Amino acid sequence: MSLLERVRALLGDDAVEIAGGPDAVPRVAPASPDAVALLLGTAREEGWRVRLEGAGTWLPADAPADLALTTRRLDRVPAIEPQDLSATAEAGIGCDLLRQQLADRGTWLALDPPGLAGRTLGSVVATATAGPLRQGFGAVRDHVLGVTFVTGDGRLVHSGGRVVKNVAGYDLTKLEAGGFGAFGVIVLVHLRLRALPRADQTFVLAGTREDLTQVAEDIVAAGLQPAALELMSPALARREGWALAVRLAGSAALVASQEAGLRGASGGRFTALRADEAHGFWMRAAESVATRPVTFRIGGLPDSSDELLDLLQHQVGDEWVSASPAVGAIRWAGDTTVDRLRRLRRTLAGLEVPLTLERAPWPMRSAVGHFGAYREGVGPLVASLRRTFDPGEAFVVAVEGSE
Amino acid sequence: MPRGAGTGLSGGALADGSAVLVVLTRLNRILRIDPTNRVAVVEPGVVNARLSAAAAPLGLHYAPDPSSQTACTIGGNVAENAGGPHCLKYGVTANHVLALEVVLADGRLVELGSPGGEPWGPDLVGLFVGSEGNFGIATRIAVRLHPLPRAVRTLLADFASLRSAGEGVSAVIASGIVPAALEMMDQSCINAVEDSVYAAGYPRDAAAVLLVELDGGAEAAVAAEATTVAELLLTHGARSIRTASDAAERERLWQGRKKAFGAMGRLSRDLVVQDAVVPRSALPDVLETIGRIAATYQLTVSNVFHAGDGNLHPNISFDGAVPGLKARVDAASTEIMEACIAVGGTITGEHGVGLDKLRYMPLIFDGDSLAAMRAVRRVWDPDERVNPGKVVPVHACREWAGWGPRATGPGSAGQTRPGTADPGAMPRGSGDRMAV
Repeated sequence: MSLLERVRALLGDDAVEIAGGPDAVPRVAPASPDAVALLLGTAREEGWRVRLEGAGTWLPADAPADLALTTRRLDRVPAIEPQDLSATAEAGIGCDLLRQQLADRGTWLALDPPGLAGRTLGSVVATATAGPLRQGFGAVRDHVLGVTFVTGDGRLVHSGGRVVKNVAGYDLTKLEAGGFGAFGVIVLVHLRLRALPRADQTFVLAGTREDLTQVAEDIVAAGLQPAALELMSPALARREGWALAVRLAGSAALVASQEAGLRGASGGRFTALRADEAHGFWMRAAESVATRPVTFRIGGLPDSSDELLDLLQHQVGDEWVSASPAVGAIRWAGDTTVDRLRRLRRTLAGLEVPLTLERAPWPMRSAVGHFGAYREGVGPLVASLRRTFDPGEAFVVAVEGSE
Repeated sequence: MPRGAGTGLSGGALADGSAVLVVLTRLNRILRIDPTNRVAVVEPGVVNARLSAAAAPLGLHYAPDPSSQTACTIGGNVAENAGGPHCLKYGVTANHVLALEVVLADGRLVELGSPGGEPWGPDLVGLFVGSEGNFGIATRIAVRLHPLPRAVRTLLADFASLRSAGEGVSAVIASGIVPAALEMMDQSCINAVEDSVYAAGYPRDAAAVLLVELDGGAEAAVAAEATTVAELLLTHGARSIRTASDAAERERLWQGRKKAFGAMGRLSRDLVVQDAVVPRSALPDVLETIGRIAATYQLTVSNVFHAGDGNLHPNISFDGAVPGLKARVDAASTEIMEACIAVGGTITGEHGVGLDKLRYMPLIFDGDSLAAMRAVRRVWDPDERVNPGKVVPVHACREWAGWGPRATGPGSAGQTRPGTADPGAMPRGSGDRMAV
């Protein structure tokens, strides 16, 4: 029995979405978490190599594999609980659709990941790609209360739960958030929500990077707590110079007082965007990142942000850069080479700054790896965790690279 | 087995006769406080409150504030992923740990995370926090500090029924205002506090009080939010609202809350401090259920808890010397846990599984999920020597390992792998929930 016949027999005809895409890899779309488990259990027996896909808009669907497992049909939202500020959603739901459903119930997921609006929730969680809102609301992991995932040999594992505080058992959710699918495919996510902000204002200031860096420091020193404080390169912000974008979100009283504080800290130099302008501004910036072939993030201490931006400019250019200087997080997009990335990663490692390769064509991913080399002694732990969750090495994920 | 101050409430730091205690209280140096980056690096034996005290002159504090913060250690907080009243706004320990130096079971030293908090590879810091000592011993901990709030309002609202207090909590949460803390105490707890040296002036005739704190960077915004919260609570049945007029009064209101467990020592010679979490909207129903369980078993249950997080602490006062009473306390505890699970909650929000909650783990996790946890434990500690017998009901896992293949579909040739062949190998689960 061929692979396709086997899959059709297991999951039904409609689970096979494409019999052979451009690279002749059949794409299979299971319709339930149990079907994912069934498929991966069989993959383990048959020795099939599986690549994971969501909407196919973020990571290129180019990893060599026997089949592609797409979460696209896992698109239900079983629960939105406005009273509890929590929700449960399947991994294949598009972030745009989820956001709309949440807003209809007066709730908000305070994540603004890079990429196209239809990126799946599972993709965002598995790659831990937070956007500018990380300034006010933290990393992706801070929004995830629990996950259900399927291991490479087809076991369904539940971690965490749907309540906002939970220390029952080891926190496997943390391993899945940002694990790039190496430790299982996420099928269901329990989310921590916020109430839809009563007020949400964006302010932009254009200028030189040096000047804006100082303004950002002044804003932090003034005790303001913006939802986003993002320093963006001219191309990304679609401005003449660099731009510092400040987003204030929360109760009307909170936003009004923060706005007054912002005026005080910056001498009233920021321009307020209308609601539609603000929406367009943040959306275009998020989408622009995905128009470049390579994306990575680095995370250092806040006071090293400026130095790290200099380093990026020097080694790989800074045309498409977005930084949250107050949390020390920088996302870079553009085109580069394997050698340059490796050199940059080595330089950064010397500064104790990790570089996580988020997106790149397979040849670069497989050479450089999402994570590259670990700190001493950590490699064996990661290797053992991978064996635990994917004993047959079914998942095609470029974790370490080939150096 | 590692041990900090030994203030844990789930038996996680209790050893059986065969264990060697590694007591970490002498590793008590604050190694660095970096005000620019708002980071502190400490040894595990540093007492929680000492870090905030040391950071205060720099205008900073360490936000997770378990009620035992004047005694408990940061290392213990990391092991348990400790919470506290102010975690509602600021997050629990896991949200604050940036990097760790860890001694593994075989004596190797590894660095996890990075100084800025970005994971270096998979998020092993996040995985380690809350592992209750099973993955190794954290010997150096980098944590995030927060600016001290410039404006604070502390309100005390009193209610004629637990239900209306619970509904008040839901109303505040749904309003979009995030209080720094939102705590509830019931009448039994109020009276225990008022009878003690920690008397805070709580109204004794109230069925429940809510202690609400709002903080922020600007006086006007905090004042406006406090007004909105007060209005919401009055709409939802608060009889009166008292606002702390100065720092001393705020301190007094908080002291009653933070010392409530101690005050309960007056009620009887033994106390079980329970810990569970429910969806916040379920609070009114669950509190009534707990009341019914207490009546059924003729026990005194006092509730003092983090209402804003739905994190309950039903505390059972009893005299262990009375024959048969322990069994009743045990049965009531189990029923309370089952009631919390039934509404979608969990068995521990901040105290950990330790020994106490071991038996409830199969009520919320199926066999495969427990087996996965155990397999991860064996990645860090293949012989399961560090803090043995905690978190995952191991004897049950061993039984599962022998249960053989689980069907994976037509024509499945699933194989049973011995759980001991590979340190990372996952014992097979039954896939079903089961009682131990």
